[in-house]
Amino acid sequence: MTALPRTDISIFGRWWWTVDRWTLSALVAVSAIGIVLTMAASPAVAARLDLDAFHFIRRQFLFIPLSFAILIGVSLLNPAGVRRLAVLGFIISVIGLGLTLFIGQEIRGAARWISLPGFSLQPSEFVKPCFAVVAAWMFSQWRIKGDIPGHAVATALYALVAGLLLLQPDVGMTILISVVWGVQFFLAGLPMLLVLGIGILFIAGGIGAYFNFAHVQTRVDRFFDPAGGEAYQVARSLEAVVAGGIFGRGPGEGEVKSILPDAHADFIFAVAAEEFGLITGLLIVALFAFIVLRGFALVMRDTDLFVQLAVAGLLVQFGLQALINMASTINLMPTKGMTLPFISYGGSSMAAMALGMGMVLALTRERPRANDLSRFTGRGAP
Amino acid sequence: MTDSSHSRRVHLEGARKEALATSRSRLVVTSVLFAVAFAVISGRLVELAVFEDPQARATATASRTVVQSKSRADILDRNGILLATSVPTASVYANPRHLLDARDAARRIVTVFPEVNEERLFRRLNSERTFVWIRRNITPNQQFAINALGLPGIYFRRTERRVYPHGSLTSHVVGTTDIDAKGLTGIERSFDGPLQESEQALALSLDVRVQSVVRRALNTAIEKFSAVGGAGIVVDVTNGEVLALVSLPDFEPHFGGDVTAEARFNRVTKGVYEMGSTFKLFTTAMALDTRTIGLNGGFDATKPLRVARFVINDYHAKKRWLSVPEILVHSSNIGAAKMGVAVGTKTQQAYLHALGLTRKARLELPEIGVPLIPSPWRKISTMTISYGHGIAVSPLQMANGVAALVNGGILRDATLALSAPGAVPAGVQVIKTGTSIKMRRLMRLVVRRGTGKNAEVEGYLVGGKTGTADKPGPGGYAASRRVISSFVGAFPIDRPRYVVLAMLDEPKGTAETFGYATGGWVAAPVVREIVAALGPMMGMAPSTETERLPRPGDPLHIAAGKPSQTAGNQRVRGQSVRGPSRATH
Repeated sequence: MTALPRTDISIFGRWWWTVDRWTLSALVAVSAIGIVLTMAASPAVAARLDLDAFHFIRRQFLFIPLSFAILIGVSLLNPAGVRRLAVLGFIISVIGLGLTLFIGQEIRGAARWISLPGFSLQPSEFVKPCFAVVAAWMFSQWRIKGDIPGHAVATALYALVAGLLLLQPDVGMTILISVVWGVQFFLAGLPMLLVLGIGILFIAGGIGAYFNFAHVQTRVDRFFDPAGGEAYQVARSLEAVVAGGIFGRGPGEGEVKSILPDAHADFIFAVAAEEFGLITGLLIVALFAFIVLRGFALVMRDTDLFVQLAVAGLLVQFGLQALINMASTINLMPTKGMTLPFISYGGSSMAAMALGMGMVLALTRERPRANDLSRFTGRGAP
Repeated sequence: MTDSSHSRRVHLEGARKEALATSRSRLVVTSVLFAVAFAVISGRLVELAVFEDPQARATATASRTVVQSKSRADILDRNGILLATSVPTASVYANPRHLLDARDAARRIVTVFPEVNEERLFRRLNSERTFVWIRRNITPNQQFAINALGLPGIYFRRTERRVYPHGSLTSHVVGTTDIDAKGLTGIERSFDGPLQESEQALALSLDVRVQSVVRRALNTAIEKFSAVGGAGIVVDVTNGEVLALVSLPDFEPHFGGDVTAEARFNRVTKGVYEMGSTFKLFTTAMALDTRTIGLNGGFDATKPLRVARFVINDYHAKKRWLSVPEILVHSSNIGAAKMGVAVGTKTQQAYLHALGLTRKARLELPEIGVPLIPSPWRKISTMTISYGHGIAVSPLQMANGVAALVNGGILRDATLALSAPGAVPAGVQVIKTGTSIKMRRLMRLVVRRGTGKNAEVEGYLVGGKTGTADKPGPGGYAASRRVISSFVGAFPIDRPRYVVLAMLDEPKGTAETFGYATGGWVAAPVVREIVAALGPMMGMAPSTETERLPRPGDPLHIAAGKPSQTAGNQRVRGQSVRGPSRATH
């Protein structure tokens, strides 16, 4: 690991010494757990779908190296490069989102995928990290150069994306995007009165979703009234967590994976808790918490508002997705079809997560404090 | 550098610092929130994994799986006799994708199931499907033989087969299930949910002993009078419970699809018929209840009643003034029609509605017929309905209505569900108790002196009314010469407990009945047979009191010394109404 001398100034050498190796290690650890869990959970799912037992494993083994290539490739960029990539990615994925409305592949009542030769892409996964960075850029411009209405632009872009997502419909993604936008606006100095206002708006939006989307309504109803038909999947996954106990039933001994259709994706956390026990469950929570909180701590010291907002937005999206997935598995909130980052099976989700976390790594790399220098020159100028 | 640009830089620098300060402090808030959220998740995980009792959860799961794989609940009669149960069986299926050689597999499978067509089986096995049923509900021997073939891709699934120990006896009540044990007809259908979910057996009000008596009596009569079908029902007038419900022809419930529509048809609940003279009971009851007329009153039945183009006639016309009891005893259409007119159309409608005759009956069966009522309800309709024509109701509705006439005037919905001992469902008072007592006496008189003599049972006081109605057919009523003959009785009439209704569809007279196929000749004996068996069965002591005939001076005294010479000779066919007003069907 440390074979690279600090004096190595090749691109990779510089990267290694400037990137946050703690976050990188945590991501590697999460992915490693993901590999083990995919191997544990997916054969049962594949068997039920009459697929080859190794179908999902084989594909996941393709997705993971690909994702790490994206992760590392993106983390090589400097902040300006990240910004450019995000703007480009944002434009492409918004177009993709628009296209899903017309040529989208409808799976379980929502048109979220675009079929490409050999695989399907879910543009909504890619729009999340790109939006976080673009919005951060706009907010920072508004805050620092008061003459640019960046907050208005960011809000307009948010409205556009949220509208497209609701048309699919994808309420979960809309919630994520909304929270990212809200947190960034909050960090960028939204007056407290408006913070309250937006908070109320979110609650109103939630209630609106409840009354306008039948599937949201049934899920929420089931959550609040378990007796009136506790969601089957959640009931099973709760039993799995309980059955797992502290040390788990042991690898391959779990039962929930053969019952739940989404055991390899949305409910993989239940498989983890059942087969590998509370210890592994807590380890996964700790890894996610570490990645998010360490990221926050890193940018806390940063002097570039854009970097701070962008990283905060990306980490909020990453952390919230993990939280929502785990919370619905253990019945702390209504079920929301959301993947567990870097662990759940799924190519689009993993590649998009790699893109987002690659940006986080790129933005948190140690770099010469350009602003500090300019301050010094600025002071000495007159 | 100019001054302005300098000040702008300073300004920007200030804004940047301020923004960063805000952002940092707010980032702390965000971090704390996330930390709390992760802590909550961890806490919940610990709670679930350490402090929840896996045993409790496991048993919950276990009991749930038991419910899922559990067989359909049993159906019992009121004495706990098994009417329907589920027997676990194995069913064999194939996953054609796992088969090595479909041709070979088909050839070897038919050695175990000779009734299976090899070529057709091969075609189904030689497909891209992943699931093909080969045979449902096989015997253990067959399962062993299939296993012994050692074919890959052939599997078994635990299934269940519904078994009805009493076979066709209760086929219309209990009903049937489909091959996946889902209710199709009868109680199996109407209680499908509870039967699937509950482990507790479902107890019906039915009594198989009574059911058996009714079926045997009805069957004998059908054979004797070459009827096309029959219906019988026994209702407990005190609580509406149905003790027997027989529709003939019936069917063997195990035969599944090989049953004719005719046999499946429930004549008691689904079939609606013009019941004929039994309706005069309702007409009389409403006339007495509204004090339109007293028992002493009567109507002139000297000549046929002419209304517009229609003529209403009596078969054995007395050609004189008839008292109310005489109108019932001699089953006079003219008298009944005049009584109906005296009551009035509105009142008639109200009473028939209150007695549940104009709406769909409520019973726990899916096969319930809708009564046919005239629209518009003209004066002529009022007249014909008074003696049971121009309105078609199910035998169930008829029996239930009569139950209300004799039980003190309270209408309760008939039910097949066994009520808790002593529990009496609330009913609706539809006629006065006094009227009900008068009706009992009148019904008794019909059996003693009138058309219902063949329903007389020694030791049990039966009251009732005969009915014979023309069945409409091609060419109208008269041309068809087919009748619906029925008798509705209540016993013991001094303190009624049961209403018994027997109906024969298209009976033909025999030499023994002097060619008559009327209710009095063909249906009353069925009721007699049922009552004779039912009384002792229910532990009712035969009455030893000698019953005195009403004396002269009693309004129930029948003036003409001799009773109706031929029981049930009041045929309605041809004497009632001809023409379009009957076209209520």
